[in-house]
Amino acid sequence: MKSNNMKAWLYLIPAILFLGIFMVYPLVDVFIYSFEEGYNFASQSFTGTGLFNYSYVLHDPYFLQALKNTLILVVITVPVSTGLALLISLGLSSIKPLKHVFQTVYFLPYVTNTLAVGLVFMILFKKTAYTDGLINMLIQWFGGSSVDFIDGPYWAKMFVLCFYTIWIVMPFKILILTSALASVKQDYYNAAKIDGTSALRTFGRITLPMISPMIFYLIITGFIGAFKAYQDAVALFGTDLNSAGMNTIVGYVYDMLYGDSGGYPSYASAAAIILFVIVLTITTINLMIRRKNVQY
Amino acid sequence: MNQNSEFSTAQKKTKTRKTVLRVVTFVMLAVWGIVVLFPFYWMILTSIKSYGSYNAEHIPAFIATNPTLQNYLDAFTSVPLARYFLNTTIFTLITTAAMLLVIIFAAYAFARLQFKGKNLVFTIFLSLMMIPNELVIITNFVTISNLGLRNTFTGLILPSITSVFYIYLLKENFELIPDELYKAAKVDGTSDLKYLFKVMVPICRPTIVTVVILKIIECWNSYVWPRLITDDQNYYLVSNGIQEIRENGFGRENIPAMMAAVVVISVPLIVLYLIFHKQIMEGVSRGGTKG
Amino acid sequence: MKVVLDHLTKKFVSRGKDKRDIIAVNDFNFEIPDGKLIGLLGPSGCGKSTALNLISGLEVPTHGRIWFGDTDVTDLQPENRGVGLVFQNYALYPHLTVLQNILFPLQNLKGKDKLSKEVMKEKALEAARLVQIDQLLDRKPGELSGGQQQRVAIARALVKTPSVLLLDEPLSNLDARLRLQTREEIKRIQQETGVTTIFVTHDQEEAMSISDLIIVMKLGVIHQIGKPQEVYDDPTNLFVAEFLGTPPINVFAGRVSQETLYIGEEAVLPVPGISDQEVWAGIRPEGFLLDDQGPFTCQLLRVEVMGRDISVVSTHSNSKTDKAIRSIISTDNTVDKSSKTVRFSLKPHKVLIFNKETEERLYFGQTAAKTEG
Repeated sequence: MKSNNMKAWLYLIPAILFLGIFMVYPLVDVFIYSFEEGYNFASQSFTGTGLFNYSYVLHDPYFLQALKNTLILVVITVPVSTGLALLISLGLSSIKPLKHVFQTVYFLPYVTNTLAVGLVFMILFKKTAYTDGLINMLIQWFGGSSVDFIDGPYWAKMFVLCFYTIWIVMPFKILILTSALASVKQDYYNAAKIDGTSALRTFGRITLPMISPMIFYLIITGFIGAFKAYQDAVALFGTDLNSAGMNTIVGYVYDMLYGDSGGYPSYASAAAIILFVIVLTITTINLMIRRKNVQY
Repeated sequence: MNQNSEFSTAQKKTKTRKTVLRVVTFVMLAVWGIVVLFPFYWMILTSIKSYGSYNAEHIPAFIATNPTLQNYLDAFTSVPLARYFLNTTIFTLITTAAMLLVIIFAAYAFARLQFKGKNLVFTIFLSLMMIPNELVIITNFVTISNLGLRNTFTGLILPSITSVFYIYLLKENFELIPDELYKAAKVDGTSDLKYLFKVMVPICRPTIVTVVILKIIECWNSYVWPRLITDDQNYYLVSNGIQEIRENGFGRENIPAMMAAVVVISVPLIVLYLIFHKQIMEGVSRGGTKG
Repeated sequence: MKVVLDHLTKKFVSRGKDKRDIIAVNDFNFEIPDGKLIGLLGPSGCGKSTALNLISGLEVPTHGRIWFGDTDVTDLQPENRGVGLVFQNYALYPHLTVLQNILFPLQNLKGKDKLSKEVMKEKALEAARLVQIDQLLDRKPGELSGGQQQRVAIARALVKTPSVLLLDEPLSNLDARLRLQTREEIKRIQQETGVTTIFVTHDQEEAMSISDLIIVMKLGVIHQIGKPQEVYDDPTNLFVAEFLGTPPINVFAGRVSQETLYIGEEAVLPVPGISDQEVWAGIRPEGFLLDDQGPFTCQLLRVEVMGRDISVVSTHSNSKTDKAIRSIISTDNTVDKSSKTVRFSLKPHKVLIFNKETEERLYFGQTAAKTEG
């Protein structure tokens, strides 16, 4: 028994070591950083402890802009992508021919490099001196006037960001919902058919309740994912997100840590903890709603 | 008779409704298919247009009249794309291999061995799954910087070696292997290590393949950590390389060359996906999320 | 309401490489009298579930018509046929309570059929009372035992007072004890409501015990229709004879010569009226009589005492399969266990003879079965 104990720990040592150094220690450390005022990265000294870092971050216009951007992104992309994914999954599960082809195609964005494909979106939406870009060409065809989605008005930039984010998250949601729909046994639909249940009622009273755990799962992971948005914004607007006015909370954390503002781990920590608290709160609220509504 | 014709009209009505619904469904699915595929089409299309012809198009053309591979040549010669590629490959291979070893050992300990404090340690591991990367990356950045490991592969690789989620996934899979097999191996005098690699790992190969593929995807696309830890082009990964190309390479207007680089970077994963799409989709639906 | 199937056929077009279509239901022709309990019996994969789905309207036949009474329902949607269907795994909606499950079909009614809330509730309660689950109305299906779930499923199928009730393997998900109890229950409910009921099963004991009529089918073809005892006593072919009865019938390769049945070299039974030919001879386990002077000799394997009767297990080189021969003897007899052989004489009406090629029944001084197919 004793040798078995030893052996087990030996097997676990690598994992414990890596997790300890790169997850547990940083977790403690980030709280400490966030309370150390006037931390200097070069000398690794600080002037005092307190809540100044939080106060600084919460009064920083860049952070407030990032917070606003992130919230808009969350509020738009989570419901739109979940709803759209549900619609597409319902379509997918109702057809037989080409189903496999569609599924394979729809999952493609999952395996692509966010930054690389972001460049393609950028050139599709961007307006340059030479050309208005493909999207603007389409808009003009339909009689609209062209607009620069990358360097133009705020709403246009936000639109592209939301659009690209949705494009990126759809594969996961479609995949999860298609398999959730497939796991609803055909017998339930047959039973409903025998009883003459209308399609709408079948969907509302049978399909939806049965896949509701998965929908809630997608909403929660969707919230968490959208709150952490960063790469999609970088892909579209470049690394200097603050000057583009399109920064996100995570972007703010990284910019504080490094990049143009140059090395403020204390502010970065405070911002990261604020983000964590927001995500935690939203997740808890979601779980509470879920407990009320998902009945089995 | 009257009743019958009433039924048949009702029948016809439902039939037309069904056909209409079917057409609408296919149209919707096709539209989303186009939305998904179009960026890929556009990326390839643009990458084979010559610089001159691309810039001469005030209205973007949907086909390339004079396709050229010059952009691909440019992508490899005027920016160190090959270097980025090689870096990413090294980073991906070492990280994946090291992670695999670490998680196999840990999963084995949790699945097969009895030891004091097992439940406590496992609970702690599980709770670590909830820690967002954004929270710990700050200290990791400071740690790696202090160790003087910026702009090294070691610095790039170290923090990505463990994944609690994959340990969990593998442990669940290991536990499905009946205890009798272990006992039989013990009776035959097989050592634990041999049993692990000769019996458990081969049996759980599908899960391990899935984990490896998901990790490769993650590594190939990783951007945030490499961006923090490298500022020397010689250590850039493809994501950082792309960002660099976008901001400084080729001159900002050479979009066709940029697209050629994007194609080159995207191809490996797309090929991987086309080969392993079943495993990837299954693995992702078992609990992977993007990022 | 009587149910008539008129040349009913269902083909499934194969998508596989061999391009062979599967005929799940091949030219079904029969009439089910009003108010009877019918067992549709056959080995798995014989098309009995497809037959049920055709009757319910979940599947559309390739040819043929289905009549409920005087109405041709072939082209009607399931909901317009007035059928109740109980699924093999019950298909109860897990997120709805028992009461909500039973109410569900009633809530679908539209237009002139629409019921008031009170009437719906009254009907649901009535159905619940019939299957004796009226104390469980607020539970979720997950909280019920298999037998209780089964009752809820039956209540849900009955609540719209269907003209035909269909049950797909109603007992297969229950344990042995509940199975006995539930099949009595099904019989009682069927008799109380008087609804024409068709149930599908692969378990011959289940079918024989409660059905008014059984339909034996194999590979999409009906082999025999009749009252359970008639089909057991008078099977029309070897398949039916082998499929019915536990322990199963013992089958031997034999031949008929000069109106006498030979198994091996032994002349075991006179069979007047059968011409000389190779045959299969089937002997029911209860058709053996211990007889020291009997014409039929087997190698004794062992004797199993089962309380009510004795089971003599023996072998014979002409046995169709290599399975041991089982004969059931009353406990009045004693068997010499030290002996290597055992001799039997045979009860003529328990011996069934089949043509070797066609496996069709050959009759000798027995009345031909009343086949209603």
